[in-house]
Amino acid sequence: MYWQKEYETMPRERLADLQLERLQQTIKRVYDNVPFYRNKLSEAGIEPGDIKSLDDLSRLPFTTKQDLRDNYPFGLFAVPMEEVVRLHASSGTTGKPTVVGYTRNDIVTWSDLMARALVMAGGSKKDIVQNAYGYGLFTGGMGIHYGAERLGATVVPISGGNTSRQLMLMQDFGTTILTCTPSYALYLGEEMVNTGIDPAKLKLRIGIFGAEPWSERMRNQLEAKLNLTALDIYGLSEVIGPGVAMECPEKKGMHIFEDNFIAEIIDPETGQPLPYGQPGELVITSLTKEALPIIRYRTRDITVLKDDECGCGRTFVRMERVTGRTDDMLIIRGVNVFPSQIESVLLEFGDTEPHYLLVVDRKGTLDDLEIWVELSDKFFSDKVRALEDLEKRLRARILSVLGISARIKLVEPRTIPRSEGKAKRVLDKREI
Amino acid sequence: MKVKQISVFLENKSGRLAQVTRVLGENNINIRALSIADTTDFGILRLIVNNPDPAYRALKDAGFTVSTTEVIAVEVKDEPGGLARVLEILQNVNINIEYLYAFLQKATNAALVVFRVEQLDEAIKVLQENNISILEGSRVYAL
Ligand SMILES: [Zn+2]
Repeated sequence: MYWQKEYETMPRERLADLQLERLQQTIKRVYDNVPFYRNKLSEAGIEPGDIKSLDDLSRLPFTTKQDLRDNYPFGLFAVPMEEVVRLHASSGTTGKPTVVGYTRNDIVTWSDLMARALVMAGGSKKDIVQNAYGYGLFTGGMGIHYGAERLGATVVPISGGNTSRQLMLMQDFGTTILTCTPSYALYLGEEMVNTGIDPAKLKLRIGIFGAEPWSERMRNQLEAKLNLTALDIYGLSEVIGPGVAMECPEKKGMHIFEDNFIAEIIDPETGQPLPYGQPGELVITSLTKEALPIIRYRTRDITVLKDDECGCGRTFVRMERVTGRTDDMLIIRGVNVFPSQIESVLLEFGDTEPHYLLVVDRKGTLDDLEIWVELSDKFFSDKVRALEDLEKRLRARILSVLGISARIKLVEPRTIPRSEGKAKRVLDKREI
Repeated sequence: MKVKQISVFLENKSGRLAQVTRVLGENNINIRALSIADTTDFGILRLIVNNPDPAYRALKDAGFTVSTTEVIAVEVKDEPGGLARVLEILQNVNINIEYLYAFLQKATNAALVVFRVEQLDEAIKVLQENNISILEGSRVYAL
């Protein structure tokens, strides 16, 4: 089932034509209306007419969160304020928040994207959507709310918190779709156990969880505890909010709504675009936004894009779960390494709660990588051969994933230092 | 006929073995036999104790990676070729021995050899058919 089948299943070639046309319009719009972009493009020697193919995208300068802060509050808006019908803002841990604006059309676009996401998950207008994302300046609550209404579903705008009321309404209203952060969903699941609510007796069938990173292990827990299909959603306020990408029930990554956004993966160090399949920083360009078009926005989220066919019939590329932030990146022997890549290998091997540490040192002129892996019961064997074999297989897999070799050192549980419950992932002993 | 063996993962650093014995001591568990297999980086400590289940829990609670494995304890006659005979019997039916280690019984002075094999039931059957004495778990724990 699709919400906008024409776009969601558009052949890739036609989609590329549509993207180019919309990119050209977007560049013209920002060039004409946003001094910040006009200056940046001029500095790069680019005029709107220079955008002749999608390859020209890589010539455009990036936009960063700092750029949004520098132009606080409305400096990057491309329409007069009388056209802006809504503002949202992301929490600024230091200083001013970043502010985003929407025209009436932007709200329609966003609502359609969220309706697509809900339909992709298996939702319809018959569903009762309990929306436990926070309402307010944060985009999560309102974004999903408008999408669910657009779809024609029944929305319960309960917002976050007040767990006992969440559980009461969930039972009394017969909620079928739950939308919230995965950690809150897990908490709801635990509270169900504590209060003796049998999830099998609830009508819940779909969970749309996002706004924070989660894992396959959490998916399994959520599905077992809440008796539903748990799907991932991606979005960020600087781009539009939730509804940039949504996971389909194939559970093989989130389809990026490419008729509205161009996604690129770049090497965060050099800024060079990387091919599909390689991990790097996700960069997004909006194609249809009016109030706040955004050009090559650096999300700082690390992911991988995949363009192989999906069983659901959508032609949009998929992004894997966000596995980390660019801030965590290491460069070892000239290769970008993300601690989360090690985590994914360990998860692949069946380690359910991987604890590991990348120890980087320099021996002579060469970087040396040793990976400590806390040996879990699942991996443990009373046979030396089996453990040596495990080391060998991990080593081979890490070589193929990272592209560099590493020594594996199996260590006892709780050997790797943890601070505030979070494990430290990197020990860089290089003195450069 | 099967004996529960506790295996503990140890990094090769000083004090770890002592820590295991301390944990067991504090929980009033006696070690009947032990063997260590080690590589340059890590070791696997294998233990036969008087009370395997509490030992497993105590070590687990102390944060060790622990597993239990079933092994067999064979009484080997204190005479030349005693062990060779047992090995031959197993070899003849293609039972692969993962590892073995021996310890002495205080009372009889006969050697006890702990065998770790994949085909446990087959091994027990063929050894019994050849009149090799296999000790019950309860007897081994109580040694
Ligand atoms: Zn799909």
